[in-house]
Amino acid sequence: MGLLSGPEADPAADAGWGHDHDRKGFFTDTSICIGCKACEVACKEWNHNPQDGNLQIMGSSYDNTGSLGANTWRHVAFVEQGKDRIEEARETGRKLVSLGMPSIGPRSGASTPGGRPGEDLSRADTAPPDTPEFRWLMSSDVCKHCTHAGCLDVCPTGALFRTEFGTVVVQEDICNGCGTCVGGCPFGVIERRDDGTVAPKGQRGRVQQDVPNKGTANKCTLCYDRLVEGEEPACAKTCPTTSIKFGDHDDMVESAHERIAQLHEQGMTEARLYGANPEDGVGGTGSVFLLLDEPEVYGLPPDPQVPTKDLPHMYRTAAVAMGGMLAATALAFLGGRR
Amino acid sequence: MANADCIIIQGSNMAEAHPVGFQWVMEAKARGARIIHVDPRFTRTSANAHKHIPTRAGTDVVLLGALINHVLSNDLYFEDYIKAFTNASSIVSSDFQDTEDLEGLFSGFDPETGSYDTDSWQYSASQEGERVGDASTFTGRDGSHYTSGHAGASEAFGAGGPPLEHGLPERDETLQDPHTVFQILKRHYSRYTPEMVTETCGISRADFDYLADSLVSNSGRERTTCFAYAVGWTQHVGGAQFIRTAAILQLLMGNVGRPGSGIMALRGHATIQGSTDIPTLFNLLPGYLPMVSVGEHDDFAAYTDSIGRSEQKGYWANSRAYAVNLLKAWWGDAATAENDFAFDYLPRLNGPAGTYQTLMRMLDDGVDGYFLLGQNPAVGSANGRMQRLGMSHLKWMVVRDFSMIESATWWKEGPEIDSGELRTEDIGTEIFFLPAANHTEKAGSFTQTQRLVQWREKAVEPPGDAQSELEFLFDLGNRIREKLKDSTDPRDRPLLDLTWDYPVDESGEVDPEAVIAEINGRFESGPDAGKPLTSYTQMTDDGSTSGGCWIYTGVYADGINQAARKKPRTEQDEFAHEWAWAWPANRRILYNRASADADGKPWSERKKLMWWDDEQKCWSGPDVPDFPADKDPHDPGDTDAGGPAALAGNDAFIMQADGRGWLYAPTGLVDGPLPTHYEPVESAIPNPLYPQQSNPTRVSFQDRHNLNAPGTSGTHQDVYPYVFSTYRVTEHHTAGGMSRWLPYLSELQPELFCEISPELAEEVGIEPYGWATVISPRAAIEAIALVTERMTPLTVAGQTVHQIGLPYHWAQGTHAVVDGDSVNDLIGMNLDANTQIQNSKVTACTIRPGRRPRGKARQELVEQLQREAGLTLSTGDTRVTAPDFPEGTHPEDIDLSTGETIEESFDLPAHHRQGPQSPGLSEDGKHEQGGEED
Amino acid sequence: MPRFSFLEWPVVRQLRDGDILGRGTAVTSQHTRDKKPRTVEADHVAHSVCPYCAVGCGQLVYSKDGKVTQIEGDPDSPISRGRLCPKGAASEQLVNSPRRVTTVRYRRPHGTEWEDLDLETALDMIADRFLEARRRHWEETDEKGRTLRRTMGIASLGGATIDNEENYLAKKLFTAAGAVQMENQARI
Repeated sequence: MGLLSGPEADPAADAGWGHDHDRKGFFTDTSICIGCKACEVACKEWNHNPQDGNLQIMGSSYDNTGSLGANTWRHVAFVEQGKDRIEEARETGRKLVSLGMPSIGPRSGASTPGGRPGEDLSRADTAPPDTPEFRWLMSSDVCKHCTHAGCLDVCPTGALFRTEFGTVVVQEDICNGCGTCVGGCPFGVIERRDDGTVAPKGQRGRVQQDVPNKGTANKCTLCYDRLVEGEEPACAKTCPTTSIKFGDHDDMVESAHERIAQLHEQGMTEARLYGANPEDGVGGTGSVFLLLDEPEVYGLPPDPQVPTKDLPHMYRTAAVAMGGMLAATALAFLGGRR
Repeated sequence: MANADCIIIQGSNMAEAHPVGFQWVMEAKARGARIIHVDPRFTRTSANAHKHIPTRAGTDVVLLGALINHVLSNDLYFEDYIKAFTNASSIVSSDFQDTEDLEGLFSGFDPETGSYDTDSWQYSASQEGERVGDASTFTGRDGSHYTSGHAGASEAFGAGGPPLEHGLPERDETLQDPHTVFQILKRHYSRYTPEMVTETCGISRADFDYLADSLVSNSGRERTTCFAYAVGWTQHVGGAQFIRTAAILQLLMGNVGRPGSGIMALRGHATIQGSTDIPTLFNLLPGYLPMVSVGEHDDFAAYTDSIGRSEQKGYWANSRAYAVNLLKAWWGDAATAENDFAFDYLPRLNGPAGTYQTLMRMLDDGVDGYFLLGQNPAVGSANGRMQRLGMSHLKWMVVRDFSMIESATWWKEGPEIDSGELRTEDIGTEIFFLPAANHTEKAGSFTQTQRLVQWREKAVEPPGDAQSELEFLFDLGNRIREKLKDSTDPRDRPLLDLTWDYPVDESGEVDPEAVIAEINGRFESGPDAGKPLTSYTQMTDDGSTSGGCWIYTGVYADGINQAARKKPRTEQDEFAHEWAWAWPANRRILYNRASADADGKPWSERKKLMWWDDEQKCWSGPDVPDFPADKDPHDPGDTDAGGPAALAGNDAFIMQADGRGWLYAPTGLVDGPLPTHYEPVESAIPNPLYPQQSNPTRVSFQDRHNLNAPGTSGTHQDVYPYVFSTYRVTEHHTAGGMSRWLPYLSELQPELFCEISPELAEEVGIEPYGWATVISPRAAIEAIALVTERMTPLTVAGQTVHQIGLPYHWAQGTHAVVDGDSVNDLIGMNLDANTQIQNSKVTACTIRPGRRPRGKARQELVEQLQREAGLTLSTGDTRVTAPDFPEGTHPEDIDLSTGETIEESFDLPAHHRQGPQSPGLSEDGKHEQGGEED
Repeated sequence: MPRFSFLEWPVVRQLRDGDILGRGTAVTSQHTRDKKPRTVEADHVAHSVCPYCAVGCGQLVYSKDGKVTQIEGDPDSPISRGRLCPKGAASEQLVNSPRRVTTVRYRRPHGTEWEDLDLETALDMIADRFLEARRRHWEETDEKGRTLRRTMGIASLGGATIDNEENYLAKKLFTAAGAVQMENQARI
């Protein structure tokens, strides 16, 4: 079924919006990211999110933000890699292609995933023209707006809801800060907001920030307030290289597949998609990524599962258990009658 | 740039310093262009390039020179292009001697003045015995000559450099005569081989070949290559020559004036281009006219002739008109033909008065007052300690900014207060901090790096006391004129006769459109009196027109603010001529005549831009022709006429006196007609190419606080065994005034860090993300160490060179969100003689683990190392190291111990002229006090 | 508070809208349904240019009640196509910074603290000092008797971050006053 797990073509329809709305999403092509962090800033500016962190170098290349959280809804990761790692990534990517993994492949129904119809890429010339000995991966992470969203499914108050765009948004006027959603997200994206005040080194009494929505759950809204007026999200608008693309989800997935094919043609078999597989543990995500290495390298879970996926099975098991209990009770009483 | 087939980014970190501009490089890449990044560090630009080539900072002339040699030796240059458009065939005077003859010097060097007499560099004339002299042959009224060879006299000339007498040098179109530019060029770069590149730059043969092949295979009729540079080229002694080398290379490959070609100068501030066009610079007047120099420009005729002779080709020949229009705009009715349009109202220079020269003057108590208009020299200028010490000598300062930048608070906090070198109570400098209006609170224009003038609308009113600079300056002018209104002193006439009558609105704000209208120019008399000019070609030299900046004429054509036009890009072609306005005349690609061949046909269909329409008898194409629109490609040019009429139909380089692109520059640069590799002053590598180690014309300042590392002179080179380079990161902006105060930016890069290779970290014992202290001959700073493979040690001349990276955005202060040490404190003042720009890219240092000392001990550590290295005031000041000095002069004839520099001509007081026996550096290393006044 | 009708109860809405699991339309609050971007609610949009680097990205400056509420890219710009780098994207924080100084600050000679000073007085004091410095270091001629007609007592630094019109007036005024020591970031 599509309500809690498995492929689900139109999550918004399941949430009462009908079928007239196009699902919106991101395609983040990290192969053209320049690591500028404009997305982080534009997002903060639009949403008036507080400054994050302790104003010290984090110790992770140029990344001083760390991860997504209540105050940071776009986060750029930096990973420096030498030749060995590049070759490994190229190899694992090649294996993904030759195994025919459904996560990579055009939707036109080609016989060989990752290439044009009929083309078998697993044996293509895979030496890219200018093999570097070093590369610096940069990637802008964001809430996945999962097709089956763990945060949404476990929310007891209805603060989290599925919008007409198929995105998942917290209603800040309803959220009571219970925090159940925090454990429900397989990606560790949503968090409750702290007081937000930061004490810089030495506590020099600098101006503190006015923090909205203290204590409640916060995450990327895919700029819901902008989408309702037909404007694009702040991060997508500002990205200088269109590494962050925004549009209809179907178009985004299609672009992603085309881009993969293009990169593989150039010998960059390390390129792979993340979140584009509707059969994965969250039903595919609204924010699709093109990665140049294993997800773990970027700090992403390799096989995220929505916790409510097992719900039907759990109910069935519980029903069986209940039934068994009733049967056993009945037997016990029946037995007693004799 | 999106149309380039290959983009070479060198001396720039475009993705980090110009991210949104970089989208066009990514656009080119998506279209299949090859992107190469040549840089000492692997940066975010490198991450998106096809190839990163690590190189030693300061050796760009070797790399580019080797590329020149490569294309010349292997006949890979674009022959038709250079024959049509460059001065390859021009013949140079037989008196000229190249660096190949003189061990690294050119003919005409005078060790006394540290400058060149450029007589021997000139073209030969077509008449026997004549020469196409430069201004040095022109005799002024009282017999004085233009001292065009005089180092530092670059300020005597505008952007066109000294003029040529006329535009007809002798030529050999076969390019075989050994005195042709072509042959001289070949010979000059003959030893700039790929092996020399490996030896000097540390670049592998494979990488050099890759670069050379990329350039060659992407040039010619069908393909073009574009270079992009920034301060990685300009902030060097010899920086102007680095750029020149790329210009020569691009001319040889036919990559100028064509789509996706050229050399993109990536400038760094909102209107830095505008602030050189309409210059708040000492040596220029608006439109790249020079300031008047005493002895060079004794009268108005001499002045205008020094800019451009009426006999020469091209648009500088109209120099008189441009100057008259400026003077008319400034002095209105007081500027008449009878008084040479108030030419005498202009103050005179007698040598460079750049910011570093002014600093030396401040230290000598020669400057009373200092205005800072949105700049933070305590952090952003070289030798930060001297900058702050200099400010302590002032009587007063006016700091106009948004927040309490360090240049406003140095008297209360900062390194010199910490160390006790300065005491707050002893500092007599009076400081006015005036809050400034920001870009949303005032309307006005910026000029972007590609010469595009864009107007900004006002959004809101400035708060509190904040006012725009326009309001402040207008008010200051009014007050000054009011206070002087009864003066009979002739020196006050220029102020009182100034046109200073701008309309103000109800709130007292000056109308900025009135100012841009004045800049544009108008008819002063005749039937069109009062109407704006449309083009600088309408400017007359009789006072019937006026215009504040001739290159901007047209920005207010028809009374419409062309800079404010905002036709959406979706409604225009890629040139987008109706979005804002570019100078000159809204041309977007300069020298676009060169996009067509000698017959006026595009070099290829693929790279079509402009072409000659033989039916309409005019130049056609999507851009505005950068050429007289109706000049036939086969027009021989009317050489008797001079000016634009003298241009031949293939004189695409309309600003040059001979209409040609200059592979060899007979005038305009004071340190050589051809770029030459010299080692930076503090480099420990002997110049592999010549005995002449460093640039002999460089400007230096002898001062206790400005000592140089030994370099290759002297012993103790192990005290400062490494070099560092400074740069920006994306998250911050320059000296931090607009980024360290913002939490959203500060949290992205909160602390000062340095970047070092794992090899260096191991050698010195620095932990990843641990503290490191960097010490130069001037200062010591601490930074968190990012140990990264993005920094690679290079093998140069048999030595391992370790380069360290340091972003310069931080400063010590308590008002910003984040603070840190100021990296520019480490850098000394050594300037390029053409531009007076300092070297920020190659500075000697040492690095050690741990934090730096606090208080007095900080500078004591610096001095301890100075002593260990045996530094004296004259260390690094040896001007000439070529042993066989020309004209029989021997090094022992030059008194090197006094380190006499060209500053002598500027008549500065004794402060900096101390020799080694001065009290400045005593035995026990105690530093002298800055000499606070009051 | 308006009477909350029975039909608006979330459970009822779940059934009405087909939002069985109550994850969408059934749980939206009025606040959510009223959401609008502040770009639409601005009372003025100015077309401006980013104040940081020299690329010159177009900026749309939204303001309401005389205060800037949002700054983002101008999609019409052929240079930037609506995009901004992190600095340009932070422009709103730049212009609305609480750390910004909005009144004149004055430090007297040998003073240890900043003091207040009204703008009018400050401007007049500055004009006086300008003329005094000009006078004290005036150079009418050089040592060879040639006219210089200038003062070295005043210097100015800055220009790359202010407007062209402002640079024009600065150069005009200072040059007329004989003050030649003008410099800006281009020299650095």
